[in-house]
Amino acid sequence: MNLLPTIVVALRALLRNKMRSFLTALGVIIGVGAVVAMTSIAAGAQARIEQTFQQMGSNMLVVRAGSSRTRGVHGGAGSRASLTWSDLAAIREQAPSVLYAAPLLSNRAQVMAEGNNWNTTIQGTTAEYFTIANWSIGEGSFFSEGDDSQAQKVAVLGKTVADNLFGPFSDPVGQMIRIDHVPFEVIGVAGSKGQTGHGRDQDDLVFVPARTFRMRLQGGLGQYLDGSVFVSAVSQEATSMAEREISALLRERHRVRPGMDDEFTVRNLSDIADARQQGAQTMSLLLAGIALVSLVVGGIGIMNIMLVSVTERTREIGLRMAVGARPRNIMAQFLTESVALSLVGGLLGVLAGIGAASWLVGRFGWPMLVQPHMVLLAVAFSAAVGIGFGLYPAFKASRLDPITALRYE
Amino acid sequence: MSDSGHNAQLFSESSKDSLIVAASLHRVYDAGEVQVHALRGASLKVNKGECVAIMGSSGSGKSTLMNILGCLDKPTSGSYRLCGEDVASLGRDRLADVRNQTIGFVFQSFNLLARTSAQENVELPLYYAGASGRERRSKAAEALERVGLSDRSHHHPSQLSGGQQQRVAIARALVTSPKVILADEPTGNLDSKTSVEVMDLLAELVDGGMTVVLVTHEPDIAAQAQRVIEMRDGEIVSDVRNGQVGAES
Ligand SMILES: Nc1ncnc2c1ncn2[C@@H]1O[C@H](COP(=O)(O)OP(=O)(O)OP(=O)(O)O)[C@@H](O)[C@H]1O
Ligand SMILES: [Mg+2]
Repeated sequence: MNLLPTIVVALRALLRNKMRSFLTALGVIIGVGAVVAMTSIAAGAQARIEQTFQQMGSNMLVVRAGSSRTRGVHGGAGSRASLTWSDLAAIREQAPSVLYAAPLLSNRAQVMAEGNNWNTTIQGTTAEYFTIANWSIGEGSFFSEGDDSQAQKVAVLGKTVADNLFGPFSDPVGQMIRIDHVPFEVIGVAGSKGQTGHGRDQDDLVFVPARTFRMRLQGGLGQYLDGSVFVSAVSQEATSMAEREISALLRERHRVRPGMDDEFTVRNLSDIADARQQGAQTMSLLLAGIALVSLVVGGIGIMNIMLVSVTERTREIGLRMAVGARPRNIMAQFLTESVALSLVGGLLGVLAGIGAASWLVGRFGWPMLVQPHMVLLAVAFSAAVGIGFGLYPAFKASRLDPITALRYE
Repeated sequence: MSDSGHNAQLFSESSKDSLIVAASLHRVYDAGEVQVHALRGASLKVNKGECVAIMGSSGSGKSTLMNILGCLDKPTSGSYRLCGEDVASLGRDRLADVRNQTIGFVFQSFNLLARTSAQENVELPLYYAGASGRERRSKAAEALERVGLSDRSHHHPSQLSGGQQQRVAIARALVTSPKVILADEPTGNLDSKTSVEVMDLLAELVDGGMTVVLVTHEPDIAAQAQRVIEMRDGEIVSDVRNGQVGAES
């Protein structure tokens, strides 16, 4: 039995009822389109998350004051949970798996330069932080340990701040800015990190030395470190070791008795990254699941129309049998029709899905990454839908009795 | 179509010349609560090259018999041998092949595929015979030529007259070179003038040696056949050859 004439006959039958064929295929178009769009967007988001964490530094740990379980609610009398500057020194000097440790103090402030005004985040830190968090320098240089210990009024601008204060093409290095009316000299512009997976601009900030920050922008040189400590482990494998060492060290220093909650949290960035990615994956699986359900609904639509078509064409089936069609010829005819319907629907769905995904990307700035294996899977699934749901109507047609079919009205 | 050259063949009873041998065929239809006994022991033998006309009042079982002879329906009981082969023993696929290769069926209502050209309608049996595209086209063109419709090969049934449609249907029946043409009231839907066209075509086929069994209500059409069978209430009540009075069966 040659396939080509069967396909021609099937396509011709479908084209005879263009509107009906299109509406029938619509279920599959939407189903496949949804699968492709969802997975493209989810994969894009995942890639973006990965990239963001890569940029942050994969051996990075963050130490914050406050228990992870009772954060914000904690604090009976005299039990103020805070990190001290000597804790930072201890982490740097006494934890063997720690390579670098730097404070990160944060404030929002108004920055002025050349009559321009920009509200941004000011971060007080030390030179090690740039290494820990994988910052690169765009122009000029980062500040040094010496700038910090001498509390120099120098600043490194994020790309966004530099652009907004001085314009995108000028060189701000050597210029003066005022942060809350305190004059600072710009000594560098950090290389751009772009947006995070959630669309936050990572370049909208200004770095100043931690000591300067405390003296000029915070209350002064107190004993407490009012911010967090960023730590870099000696290697990525050593991050969990470093986490344990820091925990033990801080429990000892803060005299936390065994069985009591920590007064601080140590967070491992790769754990966070994994959790985020798992979240994104679960989400995309869930969405793909919903889309698959809609494909099944599309399949039921195909089955319905094929049953109608078999009934409508009962006389035609009878005639074909009368001139010598075998049951399998009739079966092949209707099966080809339903597969053509779902396969064309699937291909249109791929186009629709990619179209929808790129439209959403353009409109909302979401990332997108077309997954070839998902596209293949969706198309294969739609063909399977065509076979699966076309089987019964086709079988029904092939079992008709020639004379009963010919007499059908 | 008197043709005395066939006389020897006509009276030969040797079964090697018998194309159709049907014995005591019964067909009972289950029409809801009542059972309709449409055939009550019809027996019939048709030899190669014969032209047989079946007559009888409406409801006498002519179509029922034709459908069984055409392997479109199965008898409730009785035996039917076609070309020496017991039809009851054939599976669905073999039956399809018999309908394709051995029988050419012509219906009263033409039964052409709508919105499909005459050429493609005629090609249909060849397609199920597994013929190549070129073979299909050339044989279908030949068959259309034979029924005198070469110039209408691209017309759809709705663009053809009734007589032309029936001629396309005859071309379709002929195209696989079957052993027998079964025609159930082929002129039933046609006026007398176009009936003549269709009958002339069938007579031509008989002259060419084709075996034809046809059902008709028209005595003058039946008169053209070499043998006339009369049915009544599901039984064959007379079998007359060449206008002579035959034996009651
Ligand atoms: N599918 C069926 N179900 C039930 N009864 C049927 C069926 N087909 C035919 N009959 C009955 O069987 C009998 C014979 O019918 P058949 O069609 O063979 O008659 P016919 O001789 O061809 O008549 P006509 O000259 O009107 O075509 C009739 O009584 C008819 O009602
Ligand atoms: Mg009839």
